Amino acid sequence: MYDFLTGPMLWLTFIVSFGGLLVRVILYIKGLDQQLDRVAYRAHLSYGIKGAIRSILCWLNPIGARGWRIRPGFTFMFFLFHIGLLLTPVFLAAHNVMLQDALGISLPALPSFLADTLAWIVVVGGVFMILRRIAFPEVRILTTAYDYLVLVIAVAPFVTGLIARYAVGDYQFWLLAHIICGEIWLLSLPFTKLSHCVLFFMSRAQLGMDYGIKRGGMKGSSMAW
Amino acid sequence: MPEGKICNKQPINTVEQLQLTLADKSGIKYYEEMEHLDVDTDKLWASIQKTMKSRTKTWLEICAHCGLCAESCFLYQVNGKVPTQVPSYKIQSTLGEMVKRKGKVDNAFMRHAMEVAWSQCTCCNRCGMYCPHGIDVGVMFSYLRGLLYSQGFVPWELKIGSGMHRIYRAQMDVTQEDWVETCEWMAEETEEEWPGLEIPVDKKDADIMYTCNAREPKHYPEDIAEAAILFHVAGENWTVPSEGWEQTSLSMFAGDWECCKDNVQNVYNAIERLNPKRCIGTECGHAHRATVIEGPYWVGREDGLPPRPYIHYVEWLAEALRTGKLKIDPAKRIKEPVTLQDSCNYVRNHGLKMITREIIEYIVEPGYFVEMSPNREHNYCCGGGGGFNGIGKFRPQRNVALRKKMEQIIDTGAKLVIAPCHNCWDAIRDLEEEYHIGIRWSFLKPLIISMLEVPEHLKPKEEE
Ligand code: SF4
Ligand code: SF4
Ligand code: SF4
Repeated sequence: MYDFLTGPMLWLTFIVSFGGLLVRVILYIKGLDQQLDRVAYRAHLSYGIKGAIRSILCWLNPIGARGWRIRPGFTFMFFLFHIGLLLTPVFLAAHNVMLQDALGISLPALPSFLADTLAWIVVVGGVFMILRRIAFPEVRILTTAYDYLVLVIAVAPFVTGLIARYAVGDYQFWLLAHIICGEIWLLSLPFTKLSHCVLFFMSRAQLGMDYGIKRGGMKGSSMAW
Repeated sequence: MPEGKICNKQPINTVEQLQLTLADKSGIKYYEEMEHLDVDTDKLWASIQKTMKSRTKTWLEICAHCGLCAESCFLYQVNGKVPTQVPSYKIQSTLGEMVKRKGKVDNAFMRHAMEVAWSQCTCCNRCGMYCPHGIDVGVMFSYLRGLLYSQGFVPWELKIGSGMHRIYRAQMDVTQEDWVETCEWMAEETEEEWPGLEIPVDKKDADIMYTCNAREPKHYPEDIAEAAILFHVAGENWTVPSEGWEQTSLSMFAGDWECCKDNVQNVYNAIERLNPKRCIGTECGHAHRATVIEGPYWVGREDGLPPRPYIHYVEWLAEALRTGKLKIDPAKRIKEPVTLQDSCNYVRNHGLKMITREIIEYIVEPGYFVEMSPNREHNYCCGGGGGFNGIGKFRPQRNVALRKKMEQIIDTGAKLVIAPCHNCWDAIRDLEEEYHIGIRWSFLKPLIISMLEVPEHLKPKEEE
């Protein structure tokens, strides 16, 4: 079981997941329509690219956009959550051992206390997000069962991973559970809202181009997000 | 009943139909008929599939339901922060639902969607600046309005408005004759005080072709006279076209995209015919958006630009003051607290935020200009945008919407508000009528004229 999950199944997961995300990016670009979107993407490409980069950078930076600055608490948690979500799996020592075995390469590994902390942040952040959805009327009204499902998918590998890590209960069981959750996580990327891991960049770039070309970029004013 | 006599899926294309619809006071019969209007679900779904591409599709899908857009919407703020006014909710529960159900929605759904689309969003595009994913709900509401319009679910006034545009190519029943006569009449009236003043119609190869908002010839022709005075004093070589002079687009707010295209093409034809070096539009935000920002796409221009440089009135004014074509008498500068309304349609949608402030520097004594908060691209809609001002059915909601601007203005302590946008001007007038906060409001043209330093040779000869 372990061998299957970390062998063929893992490869398949990678292919479907990363292949799927690539397809989504390509489909997104192909689905842009200058007349329907009312943005002259081609004619003013350089303004567009400038706007796109600006738009992405402003929002990747916790103080880059007014939307972030006016909510420091949320922003802090949000960034930590995402950093944990992305960094931990890639730089975790245990994952790197597998990578070493499979491909003979490895990435710098996180010191374990840092990895633990990040994983905890993800879990706590996840709980916090659930509470936020329940507590605030303006978020509650938007929330659907699907939002919770996505959150559970996103956080489950961290919960199971931590349990295995601290060897609470049956280690073998929790390790397998962790691997399965991780693979579900990866497989969900292209097919669920988790696709925002790439579509965030696409959508931001698109609006950035809109601003860069039509909404002021060519008039020499860059909007201060 | 599939289609009503007044409320139906056909756009108004004839004078008879227009009169029939107008005769139905406040649209009472129209809205009655709407309750029985069938939804052509196949057609609705077909057009969604054809026109809903990456952008809207992705936006609907990846919206994180995080609610960060809530606070950004002035309608959410002034309506007691009811969750149903959260931008994301408004669009997900209307367009989102329509897409989820693959267009299979009923009459009640469509009437509800109409109410949300025209009374809970002014397409001011502010929320788009606060969403991490760059989801611009205002853009999506424009799209939804198009779908609703094509099925006949559009407020009575906007059905009429777009009908006017279809028949007269103007937002009001101003014909070409009316327009040219108004220009002649205004030139005559003004010439006494401004010898040599002209409003040249259809002059070829002029430096400037001036276009305006049909409300001007219809309701305040002095605005045309004022434009003429300023061009006259600045010594500009200008003209107005006899056809293609109207640059507004109620059809844009109605969601009648076919009509939008026809109207803007009409203006562009005038440009080709008269061959001016550039065009200048009047002090109107949505007219600028229609003719300059979005219009090029409606007619399919690859570069997304009008056929000639086409600027907003504030751009010309700033230039004329900067280059000294117009000179302000320092003694006559504004010496009372004054504030400025940033029009979403040319500030947030075209970046013209500093240019109006440049004008302010010329006309307001230092220390008297008070910014609203927030301002520039973060400014709130006046409360009457997106057609909201004109829709009688939604007047109560509109009046609530005005409160945000009221608070902003009161906070500045200014009694004078400069509003270089017809629609904002109207909204601020209505807000004074509704709430009596004791303010005055003005376009730029009359203010500038009142403080001009007029060169000797342009003054009328003294007759003692
Ligand atoms: S801020 Fe953006 S992602 Fe969040 S709920 Fe609003 S529209 Fe959706
Ligand atoms: S576009 Fe403006 S009015 Fe519409 S939802 Fe966004 S902020 Fe509110
Ligand atoms: S009327 Fe003025 S403030 Fe209101 S939406 Fe239009 S441009 Fe913006």
